[in-house]
Amino acid sequence: MENSQEVVTKKYTAKDFTSDQDVRWCPGCGDYSILAQVQRTFPDIIQTNKEKIVWVSGIGCSSRFPYYMNTYGFHGIHGRAAIIATGVKVANPDLSVWVATGDGDLLSIGGNHFIHACRKNVDLKVLLFNNRIYGLTKGQYSPTSEKGKVTKTTPFGSVDYPFNPISLALGSDATFVARSIDRNPKHMQEMIKRVGQHKGFALLEIFQNCNIFNDGAFELLTEKDTKDDHVLVLEHGKPMVFGKNQDKGIKLDGAHPIVVDISNGKYSKDDLWVHDEFSDAPIHAMILAHLDDRPDLPSPVGVFRQYFKETYDDAIKAQINKIIEKKGKGDLEKVLFGANTWEVS
Amino acid sequence: MSEVKEKDFRVLTSVTVRFAGDSGDGMQLTGSQFSDTTAWIGNDLNTLPDYPAEIRAPAGTIYGVSGFQLSFGSEDVNTPGDLPDVLVAMNPAALRKNLKEIKHGGVVIVNSDAFDQKNLKLANFDTNPLEDDTLSGYDLHQVPISSLTANALEGLPLSPKEVARCKNFFALGLMYWLYDRPLKNTEDWIKDKFKNKPEYVEANTKALQAGHKFGEMTEVFTTRYKVEAAKLPKGIYRNISGNEATALGFLTASVKSGLPLFLGSYPITPASEILQYLSNYKNFGVKTVQAEDEIAGITSAIGAAFAGNLALTTTSGPGLSLKLEAIGLAVMTELPIVIVDVQRGGPSTGLPTKTEQADLLQAMYGRNGEASVCVIAARTPRDCFYMAIEASRIALKYMTPVILLTDGYLANGSEPWRVPHVNEIPDISVKFRTDAERFYPFLRNDNLARPWAIPGTPGLEHRIGGLEKADVYGTVNYDPDNHDKMVKLRTEKIKRIVNDIPDLEIDGDDHGDLLVLGWGSTYGSIKDAVIKARKSGLKLSQAHLRYLNPMPKNTGQVLKNFKKILIPEINLGQLAHLIRSEYLIPVEQFNMVRGLPLKVNDILEKINSLLGGGNGK
Repeated sequence: MENSQEVVTKKYTAKDFTSDQDVRWCPGCGDYSILAQVQRTFPDIIQTNKEKIVWVSGIGCSSRFPYYMNTYGFHGIHGRAAIIATGVKVANPDLSVWVATGDGDLLSIGGNHFIHACRKNVDLKVLLFNNRIYGLTKGQYSPTSEKGKVTKTTPFGSVDYPFNPISLALGSDATFVARSIDRNPKHMQEMIKRVGQHKGFALLEIFQNCNIFNDGAFELLTEKDTKDDHVLVLEHGKPMVFGKNQDKGIKLDGAHPIVVDISNGKYSKDDLWVHDEFSDAPIHAMILAHLDDRPDLPSPVGVFRQYFKETYDDAIKAQINKIIEKKGKGDLEKVLFGANTWEVS
Repeated sequence: MSEVKEKDFRVLTSVTVRFAGDSGDGMQLTGSQFSDTTAWIGNDLNTLPDYPAEIRAPAGTIYGVSGFQLSFGSEDVNTPGDLPDVLVAMNPAALRKNLKEIKHGGVVIVNSDAFDQKNLKLANFDTNPLEDDTLSGYDLHQVPISSLTANALEGLPLSPKEVARCKNFFALGLMYWLYDRPLKNTEDWIKDKFKNKPEYVEANTKALQAGHKFGEMTEVFTTRYKVEAAKLPKGIYRNISGNEATALGFLTASVKSGLPLFLGSYPITPASEILQYLSNYKNFGVKTVQAEDEIAGITSAIGAAFAGNLALTTTSGPGLSLKLEAIGLAVMTELPIVIVDVQRGGPSTGLPTKTEQADLLQAMYGRNGEASVCVIAARTPRDCFYMAIEASRIALKYMTPVILLTDGYLANGSEPWRVPHVNEIPDISVKFRTDAERFYPFLRNDNLARPWAIPGTPGLEHRIGGLEKADVYGTVNYDPDNHDKMVKLRTEKIKRIVNDIPDLEIDGDDHGDLLVLGWGSTYGSIKDAVIKARKSGLKLSQAHLRYLNPMPKNTGQVLKNFKKILIPEINLGQLAHLIRSEYLIPVEQFNMVRGLPLKVNDILEKINSLLGGGNGK
């Protein structure tokens, strides 16, 4: 049937995504930037049907996010955002389901749900606000805090090693894994758009400064005079160049990344490792995920890896359709009377 | 063998049989086949599968014994029977474990081939009980079941191990002969079950027929038994277990509500079967998510409820403990979900395959904050069907979590069920909110239920969550008076369900010396105890609660009309505790926590002691 009606598309603005709730984060918190970038990019990502957006969160500073978005929202309980969102998405695959979460919520109490949502490739868009501290409980170390960190619960320094969220997501076969920084709005906007376009489980880790309990955690990556030497911006198909004067590059020596100087004539851009977001082998993304384990190597931001496979919600839907096609739509009367029955007359 | 003697037929009104053998001997299969055939020919029946938590404990050991008890009759059968009249023991361990429970003078049929030195030792028999006076008070029949099965299957292309596995069908065939049941039902089942393995069809069928023929030919048995069909109400019947009835109830609720069914669940004994059954009904649009853990089971269901599905999660006691925080979230967000707790022996891992009623207070109170939820309980396997629909109806109508309590005995036990037609079951359809005019997420209707506005509906974008919300508007709100109001509103909403549930029914006079009050799976045992007490001349009444929160409106009035209230429970008095605190009346308790249904005679003894010299005698 031909659709004679003109589809009137309303162009949204950032304001359409702003709820009537007062934002209650601490002044100076990196969360403000994330909220602003989401509201700015959403008109581009969401062309129509704002009512199909659902924001789900767990517990923590980050998890207040849904209250500030004028979309459907669900503020869950600690750690459960990804699985509540899975329920929403499976119940109605037409919805665009987003998750706002933090390092404690997603990686500590919610770690199990996170890895399984990655594994199942549930079509969720997850923004991880990683500030490497527990903010809402006022300053205890988190699963992404560096070893030795002194906090209220670790007065002599923490003794445990942190999780690397990018590595964990890659290891759990997430189909889209990226990172950005609260202080780089343009880059974050670009990454949020990429997340919005991805079909499948997408993780965007955002380095986010908690100016109250962990101020300056990402200082080297955000301050004007240090950031260029410590951040590697990943771009698909381009050699990995960084440094204040774009004079350094990453070269792969076997499976070992090394920094080379491309200003003295010994190495050129042609010698550098060229980033391939769509590489079949997760090993390249995994090397990048662990780049900054070493202090002499920069922290990558950008898309580490993207690939595609059937999503969990699509697979459930497809299986239902297939069975209906094969068996016909369920007939309750037949099921109830289907077993070995007998008549009493 | 000489000429076959004519066997005597004795007519019985009821019989209790227990099959027992190694976990790998197929006793559950034998028992369920015997049950299905028995139901099919029109007897009323009630079953109690009783198996160890270990899948295949070492052969011949006592702890590896698996049993299946059923009671069947030509009159109402309400329990699987206190003490079996007949024991079929496939090895010495099965005899050792079960003999003390067999009625004195009862029939004991043993697989005499299995009584070798090794097995006798494993079963802690110093001497062979078939040869000493251990079984002197019983009607012992020694049948070399293993070798007779092997003889019957001679020439078939099977390994000795495969031949040995057919011996349960020989035993079943013999029992069919003894109780005059047809082979057809089981023959058909074998054909279907092994349709891709014709050699197994032939072997198992031959073993079954050989067992039957052995009964006919041998002189070991001189008497056969007849149990006439029960006088059940007219209709089409099937045999059904509690777990299957629960699954069918939710499937029906999905059809009758017009909502897709979403089940988020993590496998746990004895609840896993509900997930297994429902995962078969994809052509009804049923979505089953086997979650990564118990918490994921319920929280995915909460997400699905938010998105507009009929959402449920199924578990047992340890799983319910893990879900409690999330139930609080469903209370706070006022979303409809159903939580099924198939109770088992606790605490902790407890007795995974045994039954218990000790999660009642957990279901009632196990949450932080004031978090009242509706709690209902099924009382027989077939009642699980109706209570699953009822749980769904209440959840959808009142926008609340509902906990449905069943237990291991109901879940695995089975009974005949007069199957209802779809059009006999009331409609429970719901209307989502679609009108944006004066829409507020917590503006309540007359039932105090808030509107269900699902994502995808234009103009109704709103946020809900675990934080306290402002009355009507639903924004985050920490105001003391608002919290006080919301706590009371949420609780009042659950209380008002009382106007929407049936009164507590009394079996017997509505006043007198004694009322026996129960809930859940003790229904059958209590009923039989009351019937027996009446037969002995006592006067007493019975009432059984299917609604625990809220309890039916007339409950207090019913209780006040009796001098004594007796509450038998498979816990230490949880309903007794609720009744005392709610109605401020003294109650007598009877509590046994053995992982098994209460015995009729134990309840009867308590009744006798309470009615002293006999009130009606």
